[in-house]
This record gives sequence, C-alpha cells and structure tokens, in this order.
Amino acid sequence: MAELHVELVAADRKVWSGAATIVVARTASGDTGIMPGHTPVLSVLETGPVTIRTADQGTIVAAVHGGFISFADNKLSILAEIAELADEIDVARAERALDNARTEADAHAARRAEVRLIAAGGLKAHH
Amino acid sequence: MGAQLRVYKRRIRSVTATKKITKAMEMISASRIVKAQRAVAASTPYADELTRAVTAVATRSNAKHPLTTENPNATRAAVLLITADRGLAGGYSTNAIKQSLAISAKLREEGKEVVTYIVGRKGVGYYGFRNLAVANSWTGFSDKPTYGDAKAVAADLIEAFTAETGGVDELHLVSTEFVSMLTQTAVDARLLPLKLDEVELSDKSPAKNEIFPLYDFEPSAEGVLDALLPRYVESRIYNALLQSAASEHAARRRAMKSATDNAGELIKSLTRLANSARQAEITQEISEIVGGANALADASAGSE
Repeated sequence: MAELHVELVAADRKVWSGAATIVVARTASGDTGIMPGHTPVLSVLETGPVTIRTADQGTIVAAVHGGFISFADNKLSILAEIAELADEIDVARAERALDNARTEADAHAARRAEVRLIAAGGLKAHH
Repeated sequence: MGAQLRVYKRRIRSVTATKKITKAMEMISASRIVKAQRAVAASTPYADELTRAVTAVATRSNAKHPLTTENPNATRAAVLLITADRGLAGGYSTNAIKQSLAISAKLREEGKEVVTYIVGRKGVGYYGFRNLAVANSWTGFSDKPTYGDAKAVAADLIEAFTAETGGVDELHLVSTEFVSMLTQTAVDARLLPLKLDEVELSDKSPAKNEIFPLYDFEPSAEGVLDALLPRYVESRIYNALLQSAASEHAARRRAMKSATDNAGELIKSLTRLANSARQAEITQEISEIVGGANALADASAGSE
C-alpha cells in the first residue's frame, strides 16, 4: 500500500515523524483526509485533533493548536504552535482547564482543553 | 602574626571565596549553553517549514498583504532589542544595546521616528537611566525563553504594525547571533515588511531558490498568508530569543572563566607577598634576638 511521509512539528520540537497511509486533520473548511498522491495543498488548521493512520496499522492521535499543513511530493508537514500526542496529554489537567475555561467563559481555552480530551479519549477508544 | 601578614591572609581568603563563585557560574553557564543550543536546534524544523510555506504562498500568489507591502513614505519604525536579564556576561548586553542605538540613529537619519521595544532587564535599565522612551518591555525570560514568550512579544509588535493609525511602518530586530562558543555577534535585521529576497532557511540558503509545487491553498492564498505571516514573525522572534539566550550563556561563561583565571593569578601574587612578609617577620625576630643576645654578652663582658 502506498505510503506518505509525515512530519508533525511543534514550534519548539519535532513531535512525530514516520510513514502513514492516511492523515485526517481539521482545516478551516472542515475535516480533510490526506492520502498518498494527494494534490499539493497548503491549508490552515483549526484547533482540533489530528489522526494519523501509520503504515504498520497503528493510530496516532495528537491535539494540535494553531497551525497548518502542507503536502507535496508525498511528504506531509503538520506544523503547529502546540502539538501534543494523545499519550502525552494529562487528562486530569485538561479536565481542570476545561472547567476553569467554562467558568470564565473563555471559548478558546475551552476548545483547547476539549481537543486535548478528545485526542486523549480517541487513543483509549483504539486500545 | 604581624599586621601586614594578616592583611594579606584576609585578602587571599576573600579572593578564594570569589573565585569559587565565579568558577561555579562558569560551569553553570557551560551546561546551559548546551541546553540553549539544543533548544535552537529543536526549533529549526518548524522555522524552516514555516519559511518554505511563507515563501511558497508569497511567490505563487499575487496576494497583497499589509505585512509584505512596503510603505514608500514610512515615518515610524519599531526596533525590538533583545538583551539579558542579568549582568556578569561581559559585553553581551552592551554590544546589543550599541547595535540598537546605531540602527536607531540610522533610521532617524532616514527621517523616521523610532519606537523602541525591549526584552531583558539590562536594556530596560540602560534606556530607563538615560530617560529614553520605551514603548513596551518584557523581562524575566532572557535565559530560557519559551514559544509563549515569543508569542506575547510578537503579538504587541504585529498589533503596532497593523494598527490603522499611530502604528509603525517597519519592524527591526536587534539580537545576538550565536556563531560559535567564542563568537557571538550583535546583528540587526528587518522583520517587516517582509522582503522575500532576504528570507533565509536555517542553513543561510535563500528560501526563494527552492522550486515550489503548485499548491492548492485553503481557504485561499490570502487566507493562508493571513494565518502564516504572524506565525512567521513569532517564529523569527522565537529564534532570535533562543539564539540570544545561547549567546548570553556563552558570553557569561567566557566572562566568568577570565574572572576565575584572574582570581587565580591574584591569589598567586598575594601568596608570594604573604610569604615574603612572613619571611621578613622571621628575619626581624632573629635579628632582634641576636641583637639582644649580643647586648647581654657585651654587658656581662664589661662587668667582669
């Protein structure tokens, strides 16, 4: 099966890189799935989970805040100011942050915490 | 123990204590340089990808964006100066401040009003003492900057740049480039408006030389550029903060190494002086005893 090379990069570190068969990310115009041989694309990402189906049938979920993806020559770069893999996310802390954000009516912070929880929960669902 | 000897001993003790402190600071800085360099290296994949993307959008589309359009009658220019929070780093902060004063003078000659933004307590102190106007300043993270710090700094500058009235037309960045362990140079660069010809990747090759595929832009070229350019400015400022932090540690290590060496020299020469003072005391005591014995011998010889 055809594969594409994925680099998930945060502002201060490289989070993940490897081969994948499909990557699904939330762009400004909705969820986009990128498979090998996709036309070159450069699009802005919303705060949301990114799902990577790896070449060895594994699944990687990451919470991504503020970034974009660029795909060309079968190489996909996912760039984000903050990117966390599902197993790095502190669920208790994200839940606390979500509560705080809701009481302070901070929609952005609430969305960030929600995405973290979705990403962390998505990982559990696959196990 | 004679007075002279006691004074020397006391000075040796105090210099030894100082030497221990400078030696400790030297070793701390040496270990932090490595960490700071690692942070610079960890941030380059993001910076490079971002640079490529910005160049790709800007070359492939004819989008006119306020952040890339040059204002022919620029009247106000912002200068962001990055200095250290703490001293004892040799000429590190002074060199950056000198560079910023030089670029400010040059901008004024071109008839532009200069608005200064400062990172680091040393720069704030210098401008404050001389009553020079500072638009905004940030302190407390010069030795270990995070992306959040860079974002906070960039947010203010981008706001000043895009403001309808009372904004700035240019944005210059003065920071210290980490060339090697021994060389750090204060440099200035124009961040905005963006000059595509000057956009470089981390290995100093111009990004424009690369051939970019025909991207589909989502939502649109303008929309992508809108989202990317602020990220690009943040990433440039983040990189400058990290490089400056590495330079600060390197400068401090060098300054503390020469302070430790000087303290060693000083201890050596003070020990020599203390030794000769002790020998002089002994010689004097012996000559006093000999003199006394002779006087006694002469006195008893006379009475016989």
